[in-house]
Amino acid sequence: MASLITCPHCGVRPKEEFTIRGDAKPVRPAPEAKFAAWDDYVHNRDNVRGVMAEHWQHVGGCRRWLVVERDTFTHEVHSVVDAADYARARAAKPGRKAAPAKPAKAAKGRGMA
Amino acid sequence: MKYSALSILRQGLSGNKGWQPAWREPEPKKHYDVIIVGGGGHGLATAHYLAKNHGITNVAVLEKGYLGSGNVGRNTTIVRANYLLEGNEPFFAHSLKLWEGLEQELNFNAMMSQRGVINLYHSDGQRDAYARRGNAMRLAGEDAELLNREQVRELVPYLDFDNARFPVHGGLMQRRGGTARHDGVAWGYARAADMRGVDLIQNCEVTGIRREGGRVTGVETSRGFIGCNRLGLAAAGNSSRVAEMAGMRLPVESQVLQAFVSEGIKPFVDQVVTFGAALFYLSQSDKGGLVFGGSLDFYNSYAQRGNLATVESVMEAACAMVPAVARVKVLRAWGGVMDMSMDGSPIIDRTPVDNLYLNCGWCYGGFKATPASGWCFAHLLATGETHELAKAFRLDRFSHGYQIDETGHGAQANLH
Repeated sequence: MASLITCPHCGVRPKEEFTIRGDAKPVRPAPEAKFAAWDDYVHNRDNVRGVMAEHWQHVGGCRRWLVVERDTFTHEVHSVVDAADYARARAAKPGRKAAPAKPAKAAKGRGMA
Repeated sequence: MKYSALSILRQGLSGNKGWQPAWREPEPKKHYDVIIVGGGGHGLATAHYLAKNHGITNVAVLEKGYLGSGNVGRNTTIVRANYLLEGNEPFFAHSLKLWEGLEQELNFNAMMSQRGVINLYHSDGQRDAYARRGNAMRLAGEDAELLNREQVRELVPYLDFDNARFPVHGGLMQRRGGTARHDGVAWGYARAADMRGVDLIQNCEVTGIRREGGRVTGVETSRGFIGCNRLGLAAAGNSSRVAEMAGMRLPVESQVLQAFVSEGIKPFVDQVVTFGAALFYLSQSDKGGLVFGGSLDFYNSYAQRGNLATVESVMEAACAMVPAVARVKVLRAWGGVMDMSMDGSPIIDRTPVDNLYLNCGWCYGGFKATPASGWCFAHLLATGETHELAKAFRLDRFSHGYQIDETGHGAQANLH
């Protein structure tokens, strides 16, 4: 994976400052949603082989939650955006649940595995 | 050809020119009773027990690369049965019993070595937890011994007993645990299955699962369509991708786990020793190399390699437990793709698709499970009924609240 990650708030930082939570695609169901929806959200995964949007937290820096697009096979990092921006972009396009957010201007995290 | 001391002698005297390939390389037939996807340890063991226990020999094992090219050839070779929970321990206890008779059964030297597995504890709380675990193991008929500090020191004198942060207080010992030659296990099962008529088809990647009326009728592969009555998936880290071909989403994440081997040194580590303060396990191969590993890299990955940050933390754990290894050089490091389930326990079950059966979710405990996994999966494929020992490994246990969560971490796959 890239040794350096470009945080949209802190700039270029070593990747050890970040922790990875997992797939950013699943959306938490409404509290009153059917049991099956909750079961699916909690337990089942797409487990993508390829480009995947992930929740990362910059624990060693701004402590913001970020969404990082990363390839799970090559480990290449494609983009880093703030999770709030990602959620807003996704809400703006309700038809496309996994719509990738636009990278912030500072987000140039790249590099080979 | 039966392998024996006599056959080695005879071949040695005749210039070793008479050895035969250990298995055939057949062309795929048009149709099989059972097709197993995945030519690793579990798939090959399943094929062997289908033929041996159930007399079903019209079987194909499809492997996208070469046999044993996945996790069965990439693990740290540890065999143990030290689980706490009811759903797990009897299954792994059966597996260990199968390991004990494996080499005679397969007529293959799997270098099974019951050198003992010691899990160290570093606090009173941890000692109590291990005492409980040991009792659970003994209830399932396994051996377990709680060792105090001096008993551990006698067996493993080189540990840093007075580590300021994690002093060694003792350990939980399973004497019947140990190591086995991982490749040898795959080859042994492959050869035994082949001798009973199973077709092992290498370089044959499954690209689709054909269904008619909700039933599986065969698989599309890189070598054409192959029909089957029943289809078993034993694809480990690639389980989600294969299951997706049948429209399923699994409670599984694929994550990378690294392992390491050092340069060869003189006999030093006699048992398998695990650190209780961090996830770290150490043994020594018969060639002399120290074989060790630690935690996952903690992110989704299909790459068979990991990151330097994890390498560093594994080395730190090694030096904390055994300071003497600090000057040993690491020879190789590699990664394997683990099918991490949402409770850390495996799945051997039917699926909502007729004729499709699933074997996955082994996390990083798949190697020791190989014989029992094959045993139970073969039973399921042959009879359509779940084996008694695998009855807890249901696919729908997550939605019904019957998780088998050894570590109590909940549905966070990489924490198990």
